[in-house]
Parts: sequence; structure tokens; C-alpha cells
Amino acid sequence: MKERRPAVEGWFTDADGTTRLLGTRCSSCGTPYFPRNELACRNPGCTGPKDGSELAEYALSSRGTVWSYADARYKPPPPYVSPDPFVPYTIAAVELTEERIVVLGQTVPGVGVDDLEVGMEVELTTGTLYEDDEAEYTVWMWRPAR
Amino acid sequence: MTDDRDIAVLGAGMHPWGKWGRNFVEYGLAAARAALADAGLTWPDVQYVAGADTIRNGYPGFIAGATFAQALGWSGARVSSAYAACASGAQAIANARAQILAGLCDVALVVGADAAPKGFFKPVGGDRPDDPDWLRFRLLGATNPIYFALAARRRMALHDATLDDFAAVKVKNARHGLANPNARYRKEVTAEDVAESAVVADPLRLLDICATSDGGAALVLSSVDFARRHGVADPVRVAALSTVTPTFPKTVIDLPDFATDSAMTVPPPDRPFRSALPHAAYEEAGIGPEDLSVAEVYDLSTALELDWYEDIGLCEPGGAEDLLRSGATTIGGRIPVNPSGGLASFGEAIPAQAIAQVCELTWQLRGRAEGRQVENARTGIAVNQGLFGHGSAIITTR
Repeated sequence: MKERRPAVEGWFTDADGTTRLLGTRCSSCGTPYFPRNELACRNPGCTGPKDGSELAEYALSSRGTVWSYADARYKPPPPYVSPDPFVPYTIAAVELTEERIVVLGQTVPGVGVDDLEVGMEVELTTGTLYEDDEAEYTVWMWRPAR
Repeated sequence: MTDDRDIAVLGAGMHPWGKWGRNFVEYGLAAARAALADAGLTWPDVQYVAGADTIRNGYPGFIAGATFAQALGWSGARVSSAYAACASGAQAIANARAQILAGLCDVALVVGADAAPKGFFKPVGGDRPDDPDWLRFRLLGATNPIYFALAARRRMALHDATLDDFAAVKVKNARHGLANPNARYRKEVTAEDVAESAVVADPLRLLDICATSDGGAALVLSSVDFARRHGVADPVRVAALSTVTPTFPKTVIDLPDFATDSAMTVPPPDRPFRSALPHAAYEEAGIGPEDLSVAEVYDLSTALELDWYEDIGLCEPGGAEDLLRSGATTIGGRIPVNPSGGLASFGEAIPAQAIAQVCELTWQLRGRAEGRQVENARTGIAVNQGLFGHGSAIITTR
């Protein structure tokens, strides 16, 4: 079996068996961020120091409801790494229940637009985005909640 | 707000949209000459040149103001270049307007032009793993049509929009663009044509999504005093121009973002970004949507045109489908939208597009939009939205 490597470092983890997005959270006002924000809390009303010291690593919750969804019927340009022949994929925009952030992600293979509905519950998992001779490159993906 | 913040539109000019395969400078130059001729002025009369940048045509595109100034022949005019994605043209207009209102110049030329690649827009080349525009393609395959389709699907779920409604927008705009000599597509489209076109990103089909085009647009702007001295007593005026940024937390997903802001600690603003843009312009002009006679909105997709109806206040949220079906937004209706034919008939030539919208409003307000004239047009709005929190709303009056 090929080695599995994240397609991007530090954006998600599945170390404990549950896939979670890795972001940051402001210790002053509590606002979470994904992707990771290390510069300064962006809440204009936050009274924190805003020098980045207020932002700590934070693993976001892994469940939410579908905000919207769409699919890709044509091969996108690079840097997307497409199998040959191209395989259509579906993208869901999901509002995390706890953090109230809408996050995009591909859905797992086999879950297409006909299987989705705005408002339905989904959860994160890890799936293969693309592969080469050496490794499978993984990314976060949405699947219907179990 | 008093009209001492008005500036005059003395000239408007365009190079027709298409897929001509030539250098963008040529389109900008043709548009600039047409705008100068329309204004009854010559290039040496121009004291300030504002270029709208294209990032897809090499270094000359990044410094569009100077590129066009050189092409017209160095004249010593002052210069600026602006990049704001789809709102680049509006920022160039804003730069010229500020110079004129500050009394730093009387006459300014605004130019935007693009030569667009085939197919999907793609990020700037090279490995750029710290560029969100690169990453969204790499990690998600999230092309522009994906974002348009997410918005369209959301509209279907929230407001019961149908694929027939989306197709009706295309049919309307194609009809509007038939007589526009600058439009790329001048052909009737039926609802069946839309339904039979390929699905690009469900629920959107090829004919729901705007193409990428070559084109150029230019405006000659001046102080109202200069216009009077020049013999134009009643010019079309830019009465307001808004380029406001979003308010935190921005909770609507837009390209090229992976995620929205969180609404966990601060409630979402009363006015989401797309409606904040025209709202600020209405406040600046001291008018409201009820005063409009015509609107040019950024129909990157058919579904997005419906969102704009609500954002510019033509109807309440959820009312766009009824407004469309009533015929109000068709030429001859109460408030025609995209009489030019919109992006549906033009395709997008990014830095030229916001300028082209104002060209159309200018011709409409002069009563010279042949074959697509909105009767008795007095007040118009042009709105657009682009990547990274850019957008614009421009109000013109006469």
C-alpha cells in the first residue's frame, strides 16, 4: 500500500480517528478562524493585543449542516491534479454547527449532488485528493453524518 | 448629499467584446480614442489617466495606466493604475473622480482592457502555496463556476428559484444584447437552448455562466464646470461611487475563499456585502432604489442577477423571481436590468467591465442606446463584485 500524505501541511488532522480542520482561535474574544490566522484577530471589536499573541491553535468541530453544494463536470485547470480521464467531483459548503463558519470541501467519492440537500447533517472524514507513484495525497472531505 | 460631488461623463467608448486574440493594449487604445472623440476632446486635453489593471497580460497589464498613456503618446499626463479584480474599472473611475473633485485636474481618461484566456480562469502561474487563489484550485478544484453554482443552489433552496427562472434571465439578456454593437453574442437564446446546454457545475449550465472575453472600455470624465465651459450644459453625471469592503463577520462564501468568517462571537451584519455596496452609493447620492430607471448588474451567472435585484433594493429578499416573471426587469418594464445584454451577452473582460457598465448607463441616460433604449432613463446604477472583498456601485444621473 502507498504511503498516505496530507496534500497540505497543518490544515487538518485525523490523529485521533476523527478528521478535524486545524485553525486558530482568539483567546481574547473567542473568534475561531479557518484557514489558520496567525497574524491578528480580525474581529474589529476585539480588544485583544492584535499582534498574533492572542491566537492559539484550535481544532474545529467536525460536524455541520450543508449550506449549499455544486459539482464539477469539467476538468479544472492546474494546479488541480486530475486523474486521467477526469473524474467529476462534488463540493459542499458546510456551516459548522459550533463555530458557525461555512467551510468548503469535496464530498467523498460516491456522494453527489443528488445525495445532498441544503440543511442536511454532514461530518468530516479524510479522503484521497490525488496520487502519484509514491503516495496518496489526502485532504478533508464531507460525508453524510453517521 | 449636494451635487457638488458630481462629476461629468463627457465621453464613453468601447472596443467590441469578442475573442479577437490580439493584445489588450489595442482594445484599450481603440476604446480611449472612441471616448475622446465622443467627448469632443483630444489626447493632449487629458490631464490624468487612470488605468484598470489586467493581471493576465504580463507586466504591461499591471501598470495599465502607463501602458495606455504610452500607447496614446507620452503627453506628461499624470497617471494611476488600479487592481481590484472585477471592480478594477470602478476603482480607476474612483481615482479619476477623486482627482477631479479635489480640483487637481479638470479632465481625466479612464481605460480598462483585457485579453482573456480560453475556458476557466486559472490562478497566476507557478507554485504558490501561500496564495488562496492557487490553493482553492489545488485542494478543492473550486473553479469560479463552482462558487456561482453554490450561490445558485442556495437561492433555489432559500427562495424556490427554478432552473426555468435562471434560463429566463439568459433569454432576457440575450434579447437585450441583440442590438448592441459592442456585445460579443448577438443571438436570440431560448429556454430550450439553455436547458440543452451542458451542465458545467450543477445546477448551472453553460448558458447560465458568463464567458471570458477580450474587450476594452474607456470614459472621459471632467468637472461639471469644465463640461459647461466645453458646451455641455446637461451632462450625464457620476453622482456616487461606492467601493466599500465587507463588514465582519462576512458569512457568505465568495471566491476565492475556503471558508467564511465565524458568526460565533459577533452576529452577521444587517447588510451583507453585496447589498452594502449599493446602499453606500444610495446614501452618497441621496436617492433610493425607487428613483432608478435602469440598472446594470454583474450577471456572472443567471442566478446571480436575481440576487442583485434584492441587493440593489428592487424587491425584498425572495422577491426576485416574481419581479423577473412580471417582466419588470425587461426593457419596457418598470426597471429594466442589463439593457446592454449584461455579461450574458458580453462575457467578462475583467478590468474593462465596470467601465463598460458606465458606458452603457451614459448612452442610456443620453437617450442614445439604439435598439435597447430604456424610455426616459434619468437615473442608473451599475454594480459589481469581484474577488477578495472588492466590489462597486456607481450611480449616474442626468
